[in-house]
Amino acid sequence: MTDSNPAPSLYKAREPIFPRRVSGKFRNLKWVIMAVTLGIYYITPWIRWDRGPSLPDQAVLLDLAHRRFYFFWIEIWPHEFYFVAGLLIMAGLGLFLFTSALGRVWCGYACPQTVWTDLFIKVERMIEGDRNARLRLHRQKKMDARKLRLRLTKWFAWLLIGLATGGAWVFYFADAPTLLRDLVTLNAHPIAYTTMALLTATTFFFGGFAREQICIYACPWPRIQAAMMDEDTITVAYREWRGEPRRHSPAAEAGAPQGDCIDCMACVNVCPVGIDIRDGQQLECITCALCIDACDDVMAKIGKPRGLVDYIALSDEEAERGGKPPRNIWSHILRPRTIMYTVLWAAVGFGLVFALFIRPEIEMTVAAVRNPTYVTLSDGSIRNTYDVRLRNKNNDPRQFRLFLKGDPTLRLQLEGTPYQVIDVPAEASRLQRVYVISPGASAPSEGDRTEFRFWLEDLTNGDRAYNDSIFNGRGS
Amino acid sequence: MSKKSQKFEGDPNTTGHVWDGIEEFDNPMPRWWLWTFYACIIWGLAYTVAYPAWPLINSATTGLLGYTTRGEVAEAIAEVEEANASINTRLAEADLTAIADDPELAVYATSAGAAVFRTWCAQCHGSGAAGVQASGYPNLLDDDWLWGGDIESIHTTISHGIRNEDDPDARYSEMPVFGELLEKEEIAQVSNFVMTLSGREAQDPSMVEAGAEVYEYNCVACHGEDGAGNRDLGSPNLTDAIWLYGGSYEKLVETVTYSRYGVMPPWTERLSEAEIRAVSIYVHQLGGGE
Repeated sequence: MTDSNPAPSLYKAREPIFPRRVSGKFRNLKWVIMAVTLGIYYITPWIRWDRGPSLPDQAVLLDLAHRRFYFFWIEIWPHEFYFVAGLLIMAGLGLFLFTSALGRVWCGYACPQTVWTDLFIKVERMIEGDRNARLRLHRQKKMDARKLRLRLTKWFAWLLIGLATGGAWVFYFADAPTLLRDLVTLNAHPIAYTTMALLTATTFFFGGFAREQICIYACPWPRIQAAMMDEDTITVAYREWRGEPRRHSPAAEAGAPQGDCIDCMACVNVCPVGIDIRDGQQLECITCALCIDACDDVMAKIGKPRGLVDYIALSDEEAERGGKPPRNIWSHILRPRTIMYTVLWAAVGFGLVFALFIRPEIEMTVAAVRNPTYVTLSDGSIRNTYDVRLRNKNNDPRQFRLFLKGDPTLRLQLEGTPYQVIDVPAEASRLQRVYVISPGASAPSEGDRTEFRFWLEDLTNGDRAYNDSIFNGRGS
Repeated sequence: MSKKSQKFEGDPNTTGHVWDGIEEFDNPMPRWWLWTFYACIIWGLAYTVAYPAWPLINSATTGLLGYTTRGEVAEAIAEVEEANASINTRLAEADLTAIADDPELAVYATSAGAAVFRTWCAQCHGSGAAGVQASGYPNLLDDDWLWGGDIESIHTTISHGIRNEDDPDARYSEMPVFGELLEKEEIAQVSNFVMTLSGREAQDPSMVEAGAEVYEYNCVACHGEDGAGNRDLGSPNLTDAIWLYGGSYEKLVETVTYSRYGVMPPWTERLSEAEIRAVSIYVHQLGGGE
């Protein structure tokens, strides 16, 4: 320690934050984004989508019991989970792109923690009043009837929001109208109630009490984003060269020409994470831009141009200090880094769409049974066994004919049926044991490995699929 | 959370670490974090009281909740057995030959039978049911059966076993020890003859004719004139390509001289009727069922 002062306290109580109401274009944008994101979250499970009689008619449904994921016209089976992996990669790259271009724009506008905290603060303000009223209420030590009433009303409102949040979540995993009826009549599965209770509690606690503590201490993203940002990233900053020396500062008191900042603390009072943007870039800042709205408002009142606190790129500082205008915003955003992220993001996206289009309607996977590798039959012929899984992704039951191409001595036989046709019900998969037999004196029987190909034909429309496999002879 | 007063007014409080001129703030931890830490400690202590934890000399504290991992497993098993009780009853009471026509029962029996097989049968017959080649543990995948390969025969074999004293209904047959009855020369002759029964060339073709005579006097009663065996007696078919103890000349001489005595325990004592039926169905559908 280079510090010679007495050791400071190792722990520090949270300082309550009472953000003041603010209006302006960024505030309006945030309201719109809140309405859209919450709207998507709450409404999506209720959208219906007709898939025929045998399938659920919910547009977005994670059917864990039947291992299907339905997304409008797309239906994902478990073996196609790579689509989900692809979407996660796209989400990651998208986050990189937006962070390198616009800083912590995700944190400031779209992160659920921000959106719900914003909503909770709005509710708090509607019930307890704006910053000064809330501060007074906070400082009032005595819990009188009024304070108790306000607190209880607020907590009740928060709990309702939390309940709606948890409630909406479970609808993604079951038929929403049925589940709602079951929930209300207390017939739903305990897991549904547990999930709702858990999400209600976490929403209530994170949105009402933890708030910025989650962003500062719990979330890894503020740490990671430092590597995503550079001096061309557009972020919320204070034009110190224009504002300083601020009013009341020692320099201004000493008679230096005063900057535009009148030290009215408007930017600090509206901040939901309780920082002073004039101190520069800080880990706590989620770039919600409310300080921009607050400062613009003040600048308008004192007749100064807007943008003392603004979205700027740090690389413009030198030009602006020299009195030159900042570079065009697009010249900051379009740089190799963001272009690379965009290209990667689009490539994964195109890949997924492409994979979606070439996805076959019939599928077959063949697992050769290698315990044992082959069986000798009483007439001396050699038999290999294969577990063939057939998937019928159609809405109706289908018949599939299985045959093989390869050495002419190889003969195919299905377990449990003398025919080579397999019935697969609609939207289902079926496991069929298949035998391939070669007579005792043939080349495949005497040899080591013989390659051949399983062919599958959909007898309804003639579609075909194939799978290569190996026949093991005595020499193997 | 750090405030500007700490960073910009007075002496900034740093850890003293400097990397390339970059210093690290020594900001205090949030108080709630400390309380969370204490809460975790209390939780941990309470956990050791509620659950088995503290080691004693011969055992450990059992915990107030009376939880044991074994108890949990037993509970889970009981739960599964209860859930399967009705289908097990159905399986035990159904007509054996009709089970295959009831898809629900057949699928259940096959899966349950696979589990029974891996637990009780795999030790001898192998996890893949291929037996041990030429060592007397029969391969259950092929189409050759000593005591019959239809579902009822398989069920009987599994229920009562083979050549055991525990079950009066056990499958029983015994090949004489011909080493005590025949001359070595005769054994060599009959072994050469038996090789030709399965369409192979004899080790010493000159002995085949004499071997046929030995065969007729000593072997026909069980193995039949054509050598096709007799499933009622459990005598193996000598004309096919499958040799339980090996089909080479040396192995045949060994078999004739000393005889063979493969055994299998009866399973009625250890397995329920539903389990025996399940494993019968499983074995029947492995590829050799008749």
